Amino acid sequence: MNRREFTAAMLAASAAIPLGITRAAGQPKGGTLNTIIQPEPPILVTAFNQQQPTLTLGGKIYESLLKYGADLKPLPGMAQSWEVSPDGLTYTFKLFPGITFHDGKPMTSEDVVFSCMKVLTETHPRARQNFARVASAEAPDPLTVVFKLKQPFAPFLGCFDCTSAPIVPKHIYEGTEFRKNPMNDKAIGTGPFKLKEWVRGSHVHLVRHDGYYRKDQPYLDEIIYRIIPDSASRALALENGTVQLVQWSDVEFFDVQRFKSQKNLAYTTKGYEYFAPHQWLEMNNRVAPMNDKRFRQAVMHLIDRDAMNKRVYFGNAKVATGPISSKTKFYDPKVKRYDFSVEKAITLLDEMGLKPGANGKRAEIKYLVPPYGEVYQRAGEFFRQSFSKAGIDLVLVGTDMAGWADKVGNWDYEMTQNLLYQLGDPALGVARTYISSNIKKGILFSNTQGYSNPEVDRLFEEAAVALDEAKRQELYSKVQQILVEEVPVAWTLELEYPIIYDKAFKEIVTTGIGSHETFGSVYKS
Amino acid sequence: MDAVKAFLRHPSGMAGFVLLIIVLIVAITAPVLFPVSPWEMSGTPFTPPGEDGMWLGGDTLGRDVAAGVAHGARVSLLIGIASALAAMTIGVMIGAISGYFGGKVDLVLMRVTELFQTVPAFILAILLVATFSPSLLTIILTIGAVSWPPLARLTRAEFLRLRGREFVEAALCQGESTARIVLGHILPNAISPILVVVSLTVATAILLESALSFMGLGDPNLMSWGFMIGAGRTVIRQAWWMSVFPGLAILVTVLAINLFGEGLSDVLNPRVSRRRA
Repeated sequence: MNRREFTAAMLAASAAIPLGITRAAGQPKGGTLNTIIQPEPPILVTAFNQQQPTLTLGGKIYESLLKYGADLKPLPGMAQSWEVSPDGLTYTFKLFPGITFHDGKPMTSEDVVFSCMKVLTETHPRARQNFARVASAEAPDPLTVVFKLKQPFAPFLGCFDCTSAPIVPKHIYEGTEFRKNPMNDKAIGTGPFKLKEWVRGSHVHLVRHDGYYRKDQPYLDEIIYRIIPDSASRALALENGTVQLVQWSDVEFFDVQRFKSQKNLAYTTKGYEYFAPHQWLEMNNRVAPMNDKRFRQAVMHLIDRDAMNKRVYFGNAKVATGPISSKTKFYDPKVKRYDFSVEKAITLLDEMGLKPGANGKRAEIKYLVPPYGEVYQRAGEFFRQSFSKAGIDLVLVGTDMAGWADKVGNWDYEMTQNLLYQLGDPALGVARTYISSNIKKGILFSNTQGYSNPEVDRLFEEAAVALDEAKRQELYSKVQQILVEEVPVAWTLELEYPIIYDKAFKEIVTTGIGSHETFGSVYKS
Repeated sequence: MDAVKAFLRHPSGMAGFVLLIIVLIVAITAPVLFPVSPWEMSGTPFTPPGEDGMWLGGDTLGRDVAAGVAHGARVSLLIGIASALAAMTIGVMIGAISGYFGGKVDLVLMRVTELFQTVPAFILAILLVATFSPSLLTIILTIGAVSWPPLARLTRAEFLRLRGREFVEAALCQGESTARIVLGHILPNAISPILVVVSLTVATAILLESALSFMGLGDPNLMSWGFMIGAGRTVIRQAWWMSVFPGLAILVTVLAINLFGEGLSDVLNPRVSRRRA
């Protein structure tokens, strides 16, 4: 790229700046936001742990280069502008000046390069895959970061949200064993809020970071994350105003309806666009009878998804049609539809020769109930009842967190339920479940069901490196058609988690990252 | 026959007996009264009692609470009786050996029994069920394994009391085998207090199973009362009927067994029955 092109690109990118740093006159300063974190996170450093509570809390402490709007388009994070070379190989980010860590030291491009290439590649399974595509990362000056890719990777600009590429201080982590660094307890980041104290089992107290680089932000003085393990107590805390914000599964789905009508509270399902939680019934493709496509298709016919949405999720979901969420890029609704029909399921089962035995049962399948609360138990009961109509006996097996992770990760299961984030682009959040190169024993949220189809592998890989949007759409449409025909997993619902908050608080949901956002722009009126 | 007559004249014992018979009838006829599986989501979720043909209401998935209570009776009684029998087998065996042989055997067995008695039964049960993964068999064995110590101590005491009696010594003089003395002479004379405690053990076993199911450690494939309360607990503010009816079922059953057991105790215990007569 010559200098003129570069300047033009910079000008174009700089148009995005006002979005990030405008401030309408007169946002009042001060105030405390009380909210909930559950379950209690094991650590606050998002670079080392990516469970939802860690990300929700750590999102206030750690930032990345970009954010994403509800339309999943990149917005300025710590990078005020960025530019992509026409060949799709070089990405140049310009950082905001004056960014400081919570310990007062300046944050420079050196920290970005160190975090992405040294820390995250070791500690962050998703980021490791993304940055493995980088040939070199350089910091030519303190405010410029340049990534050079080995080959084009279309969603590379989608890899810089606070959950996928949090920036940690180089001066604290360099040369140390990252996970065992004693400074992990201090959680030093660049976000608008810093850790004041963490009383285990009680609360995490965040206070404003005075050296924050965005003018006047943050508006709030403090955020207190209260740890409330019992779901009925959480609902009560929201009802009586002890907390002013709940997110994800803080309140159970059956309580949501009640809060929708509470006058001082606002309810929204926005703010989950980037994650687009996608749920399915996972079937181990290695084990009979799930190794037969016709059986998996029969399963699709047996699940009445509308009823499941109404009864188990109280309408807080949308029926999923295939591997890509309707909220994610390149979603194609034109795929085979499996209507709820016991007859069609029985026809398919008969066709594959799975006839009822002497006791009237066609098959007995063990279903591992995910230990994530009551709704998962109800969903298991729903599946069991649905399958009994076709003579398939589902035996529910209970387990604990570690047991579930161990059994699913090591393929030692027959059926279970799973929920994965889509992360804005099929190359980031969808392909990982279906490509055969991601069949990795011991790793959760990989292709644990063991589905393998060379054509699907090829389409996903081509779509990841293609730069033309239309070409990518064509490839993803094709892969959706194949997957929906072959049913590696039985997609059920796109969950719509709520964010419910006190109307006194403004700008709670501003981007597609929702409750994981920094909350620098949140203010109390 | 005297004992039966005495029991018939025992008011609270008979009340317990009648209630127990009712529970038994419900358990036996559940498949006839509610031919559809209690898991079937036949109605609208959150149906209040009396509406939609569900006279005890529907649960969060629209399952009939009445069907759940009736089918739950089968599970609760089965687990209660089976685990009490398991506890009896273990307890009587250990108590009999300990009481009959005495000495070092007694010392060792009683220390083991005390070890079990010092660990809270419910905590141990949670640990065992969680370790061996919940199923009908593991739950029965677990409840049996934590409920035997009182039975062992009682059996031992009875054996200590009886083993010095003349009829036992006479049997010994005649050269009868140990097994015959224990099973044929001592045990029949010790059986009545044991039976009373076993009947009360059924009640505690039902409570233990309910508590385990309430905590999500029951067999997930069995509709039991504890499971229903656990599942309905979180929505008790919106739908009291989901947890209240199975709760009442537990209350009635456990009360019935306790009344029955106490009546049995009064009748079988010679001193008390003499006073009554």
